[in-house]
Amino acid sequence: MARQVFRGGVHPPEHKEATSASAIQWAPVPAQLVLPMSQHLGAPCVPTVAVGDRVARGQVIGSVDAMVSAPIHSPVAGTVTGISDTLTTGGARVAAVTIEPDAEQDLEGYLKVTADDERGRIRAAGIVGLGGATFPSVVKLTPPKDMHIEVVILNGCECEPFLTCDHRLMVEQPERVVAGARHIGRIVGAKRVVIAVESNKPDAVEALRAEAGDDVEVQVLPTRYPQGAEKQLIYALLGAEVPHGKLPAATGALVHNVATAAAIADALEHGKPLTERIVTVTGEVARPGNYRVVLGTLVSDLLEVAGGFSGPVERVIAGGPMTGQALASLDVPVTKGTSGIVALAPGVAAPAIVGDQPCIRCGRCTVGCPMGLEPYAIANYANRRMWESAAARRPIDCIECGVCSYVCPTRRPLLQLIKLAKAAALAKGVS
Amino acid sequence: MDDAIESRVVGPSPHIAAPTTCTHIMLWVVAALAPSALWAVVTMGWVAAQLLLICIGVALATEYVWNAIARRPQTLTDGSALVTGLLLAMSLPPRTPWWVAAAAALVAIGLAKQLFGGLGHNLFNPALVGRAFVAVSWAGVFAAAPSRGWFQTLPEVTAEGFDAISGATRLAVAAADRAASGAYGFDLAAQYQPLLWRNLEGSLGEISAALLIAGGLLLIVRGIIDWRIPAGYIGTMALVSWAFGADALFHILAGGVMLGAFFMATDYVSSPMSKTGRFAYGVGCGLFNAVGRFVGAMPESTTFAILFMNGLAPLIDRMTRPRTFGWVKRDA
Ligand code: SF4
Ligand code: SF4
Repeated sequence: MARQVFRGGVHPPEHKEATSASAIQWAPVPAQLVLPMSQHLGAPCVPTVAVGDRVARGQVIGSVDAMVSAPIHSPVAGTVTGISDTLTTGGARVAAVTIEPDAEQDLEGYLKVTADDERGRIRAAGIVGLGGATFPSVVKLTPPKDMHIEVVILNGCECEPFLTCDHRLMVEQPERVVAGARHIGRIVGAKRVVIAVESNKPDAVEALRAEAGDDVEVQVLPTRYPQGAEKQLIYALLGAEVPHGKLPAATGALVHNVATAAAIADALEHGKPLTERIVTVTGEVARPGNYRVVLGTLVSDLLEVAGGFSGPVERVIAGGPMTGQALASLDVPVTKGTSGIVALAPGVAAPAIVGDQPCIRCGRCTVGCPMGLEPYAIANYANRRMWESAAARRPIDCIECGVCSYVCPTRRPLLQLIKLAKAAALAKGVS
Repeated sequence: MDDAIESRVVGPSPHIAAPTTCTHIMLWVVAALAPSALWAVVTMGWVAAQLLLICIGVALATEYVWNAIARRPQTLTDGSALVTGLLLAMSLPPRTPWWVAAAAALVAIGLAKQLFGGLGHNLFNPALVGRAFVAVSWAGVFAAAPSRGWFQTLPEVTAEGFDAISGATRLAVAAADRAASGAYGFDLAAQYQPLLWRNLEGSLGEISAALLIAGGLLLIVRGIIDWRIPAGYIGTMALVSWAFGADALFHILAGGVMLGAFFMATDYVSSPMSKTGRFAYGVGCGLFNAVGRFVGAMPESTTFAILFMNGLAPLIDRMTRPRTFGWVKRDA
């Protein structure tokens, strides 16, 4: 309740002006869709269709019988033209189903998902965390027996610079978000349902409050990165720290992204599977905006919809610039976790990292780290391959927010080194 | 679209970076010191300019030659050698012979910085090591009764700038008075104005406390230095002076405390990194400075107090590690 500020963090230039007022619009269905069988954390799906098959919009094209997974549906009516590997935004090669959409598409209609209970419907709809984490939502909605969820928190912070897809969703379709919040609260039996929005989106706050009624709280949090990180968000709202090594549910809180909540509402109320998402296309593009994109659309096609690059571009990012991935190829598909495509101009993109830069002990990384780590120290040990010493400085607690690398005046690749230290620590069984 | 794609860079996240680089930070420090340096040149004349040029020139040259010999990438553009040279000059009296200044700059960069492994690895503030080297090797440079030739050549320096004190700095006279009679032989309050605005005794950096404070505040506002260090330093200095029955304002204005608190003690590399640690370190600097002044009557107490705390910085860092989020206890 206390509206506390989490420790550390930064406030990078927001760069949201270009798209924060652009209404969500459909991106035209491209000539070809590539649907990776792994768009989520957990077990990859296995294609359930064969080359030449006709598919309907909403039809399952990939699934697997595993607790932590999410089925993939065809976003269009069309024909399966291939089953082969594709490169993903993350740079991995995974199996994918290629579909050639029919010329005529009815994007309002779809095959409805069926299941006996609510959790089953959410699972069948293939819903995952749309904030970028892509963790299957139904798993989060099924907390361990010994943990009780007191508070459901919807994350509408959207603290990543450039991105406005959640912002526009809250402004344009607050009823879907609020409905999703109520559903989640009911399913897990929470006493409180809170939607958290950063102070830089007053119109979203207003729209949500108009829908919220008495049972859903809308809370305004200071604009500060990474306000939307799960642990920081819980801390800011409840004053509770997720203990090391425990699930966030240990604090009695469950966090879902606002877009995920809207998708859950669609699945429960209309049987709608997850086949498209809102993507902020911005930066050095001719027509920046928020596009409703059918999954599997190639980034290159989407960029063309946005009018192509409007100037020199140094990096193209899938997701936000703080945690997203720089794309080596633009012929990779938009998937469930792709919240944005951001084309960064040379002066805006971080300069390429050059060699071994010294730590001038300025303390910026330490002061900025929202987890209370000392990034410079972990990085120093990692640089010298002193993995045990590095592990003792708790790289495992790093949430990979990137604040340390962002603030470092000598541009040390701190997060990258910390990830190495984390992997080494995990490999040694440190927990 | 195609040629734009070719120039694309792939790298790890985050893909944006804060605008402040090491060079920016160093240039802000230079900017904050520039008014004081200019004012020193205006009031003290060519001797001050000469000292600045020698210290900065030798500092840069030493850095360049060292890197060249060690076959390391050149680092002049990071700005740190420039700052060291400037700070060193500001810490020396204008009458310092050129070869003494040059030796001090050589020691600052060669010994205190590069021998330790270059930027980021020096335990002690290089400029202060340079000054300490002069103090130890040529104590006469800072001596209480120097040949006063340098300022006698300056036409505008007349009695009123110096009041009744001749030769020796106000601080030295104050200390001598205290030692002799337990009281001051001159009116300390009358010294505030010259110390604040136009003080021709002591080092270049003692020319005007007001300009140094303004520069220091600029750095604090710009987020370059942490207020905790100067606040802890100056606050403690004032408190201890008061406790010793001395004039607190006089003692924080005199003897290079402002230069030390805002510009020397705040050197990143040789100071602690946590907020608590920085405050504690500032308090330590102020305490040792005051104790050196009142108990030991040590003339170089500002320099050695900060150098001493530099040595303690790693320990302070270890004792003030942040508590990891989600952990009950601090990291051991
Ligand atoms: S160490 Fe991890 S948690 Fe801390 S600032 Fe860096 S990326 Fe964020
Ligand atoms: S931000 Fe960079 S230079 Fe500053 S302490 Fe951290 S690692 Fe060192």
